[in-house]
Amino acid sequence: MRTLFGNARLIDPEAGSDAPGWLLVEGARILATGTGEPPPAGTVIDCGGHCLAPGIVDIGVKVCEPGERHKESFGSAGAAAAAGGVTTMVTRPDTTPAIDTPEVLEFVTRRARDASPVRIKPMAALTKGREGREMVEIGFLLDAGAVAFTDGDRVIENTKVLSRAMTYARSLGALVIAHPQDPGLSHGACATSGKFASLRGLPAVSPMAERMALDRDLALVEMTGVRYHADQITTARALPALDRAKSNGRDVTAGVSIHHLTLNELDVGDYRTFFKVKPPLRAETDRVALVGAVASGLIDVISSMHTPQDEESKRLPYEAAASGAVALETLLPASLRLYHAGAIDLPRLWRALSLNPSRRLGLETGRLAPGAPADLVWFDADAPFVLDRFALRSKSKNTPFDGARMQGRVLGTWVAGARVFGKG
Amino acid sequence: MTFRFRHLLGIEPLKADDIRTILDLADQYVDLSRGASKHSDVLAGLTQINMFFEASTRTQASFEIAGKRLGADVMNMSMQASSLKKGETLIDTALTLNAMHPDLLVVRHPQSGAVDLLAQKVNCAVLNAGDGRHEHPTQALLDALTIRRAKGRLHRLTVAICGDIAHSRVARSNILLLGRMENRVRLIGPATLIPAKAVEFGVEVYEDMREGLAGADVVMMLRLQKERMDGGFIPSEREYYHRFGLDAEKLAHAREDAIVMHPGPMNRGVEIDGTLADDINRSVIQEQVEMGVAVRMAAMDLLARNLRAERAAGGIHV
Repeated sequence: MRTLFGNARLIDPEAGSDAPGWLLVEGARILATGTGEPPPAGTVIDCGGHCLAPGIVDIGVKVCEPGERHKESFGSAGAAAAAGGVTTMVTRPDTTPAIDTPEVLEFVTRRARDASPVRIKPMAALTKGREGREMVEIGFLLDAGAVAFTDGDRVIENTKVLSRAMTYARSLGALVIAHPQDPGLSHGACATSGKFASLRGLPAVSPMAERMALDRDLALVEMTGVRYHADQITTARALPALDRAKSNGRDVTAGVSIHHLTLNELDVGDYRTFFKVKPPLRAETDRVALVGAVASGLIDVISSMHTPQDEESKRLPYEAAASGAVALETLLPASLRLYHAGAIDLPRLWRALSLNPSRRLGLETGRLAPGAPADLVWFDADAPFVLDRFALRSKSKNTPFDGARMQGRVLGTWVAGARVFGKG
Repeated sequence: MTFRFRHLLGIEPLKADDIRTILDLADQYVDLSRGASKHSDVLAGLTQINMFFEASTRTQASFEIAGKRLGADVMNMSMQASSLKKGETLIDTALTLNAMHPDLLVVRHPQSGAVDLLAQKVNCAVLNAGDGRHEHPTQALLDALTIRRAKGRLHRLTVAICGDIAHSRVARSNILLLGRMENRVRLIGPATLIPAKAVEFGVEVYEDMREGLAGADVVMMLRLQKERMDGGFIPSEREYYHRFGLDAEKLAHAREDAIVMHPGPMNRGVEIDGTLADDINRSVIQEQVEMGVAVRMAAMDLLARNLRAERAAGGIHV
């Protein structure tokens, strides 16, 4: 069974190209791409000149199973992902209970297979119960399919514990993902220190807390040789440290959430808790520096940091409200803000959204090359719309983009050659 | 004279004219309070609920007296002991109260922004009696009235605010108000108790109290919370008093006619010398308490007028 995607604008992050052409899929894989006269095929999809790109690979999605299925399930998250052009969700282990044993991981894999239309690659906790005391069974969990190990936003304070876990992980070639925030400085904080936090009277953390924790982690990386990924680098001050580690040849990569690339601390306004994320939104100068770092490739990965929260946990005074925002469906149009602002071209943007995260996790996706999995997103990069949070497919509606004017509509999503979103 | 607001949640949205409007009316209420009959009926028929999620004696009493002098039916609710302990959320509490048709809701809450949140959910006028480290607008207004009456003006004065600025909602509201009225504001305190990027508020920051007090017309002392004293933010009470406690020697650096203020309750011997606090030639601390009642009467009167006007126009469903 062959499907031809004709009249497309092919966004190929690997080749760095953005050009008209066609793409031929056979079964679950890409057979060929080309320009000019397309080959015959059983099914033909006219892309209408719109973009066709590898599907988004999103590192750090919270699906609230097990534990809080009322906030998000594999079914609802999968539907949101498909609608948002996300073809692989790399899920977080910060569930209740934490995903820290092969048994829990198998439950997740089974639920995902039954309920999600898109691929799920689970991450496991690095320490038992994410308590920062004893490492998990990294070997068994790797065998069960864990693609990375992370305690999520909990920082392992005990350096001895972290160094041993990193050493053990290195011996198995496992990827460790950390959340660089100095725990002492950031304790109790819900804003970035500065004029705005002072005016609002919110407990705040210095942006330096991120660099301090990153410096510590990078020293441990140098010591242990582990493969390391920082989940979110959100401040300008952390960038030189990251750059140094990379130029010294360390096996280090970094991500950033779409919210830190498109919003700043002032968006919180009059205590709008949907803008409460972790780490807190930063100054505009930080945001601009981060956009530059994504464009230059210093920051490798953009992710949604999709974190569903119900109304009850958000309708509280700012300090007491839960952190996090849903973003599977807004990741693509929000990322396109950077493109429309002229900060980055589409092939570079798709490196951060698809190719780099795939490579980092050892996946075959993220490419338009012959033989690559046919995980594709077809989208109109210009189509304008106003976001209505109640139209989101996630069970939780906590998006900071409610009522925002956005550009970029997903027209269709395919996983392994099968259509999971869009008409037809 | 118009006052456009539905609530009094902070000084931030107020313009100089709004502040003058409140203070002018408060002056009239000072006269009423000093008169033979301390009663008016401007709030007659209205229900005022004082909801304090954080312990308070002075502010709560001040709002209660203000409401009663204007003829409102006043009720006090101490929320620490109440439903929050049973797990009720702030919004549910607000909705429950709202169903009892209050007209004026006076709220104090330990978290910044909580009063704003509550105000979105009720259809009466809300007065912020202090939220976390955010704002305490009636305190700043009563301070302003005290200064205006003592100094004869509320502009082009040098006001030194001393002590724990970082954790103080009183300081924030005062910085905003005094700045809006075009005064020169100085903050004095140890670096650990000065908020981040304080200079961006348009103030001057001093760590040497004598330098900071030089030429000041007004010296406003802040209370140092007990829990901040032991090693966390400052090394000890005695070192703090030595460097930042107000005594006659340090006050001598301010202008000869400088007045001394304190929002209360005072820690004598920690942030202020006891004799100085009682010196009627310098200290206006008792006047502040008196002005507090008048300012709260004025604020509630103005909000009630708007509320009645809006209801008459069919704006607010009751």
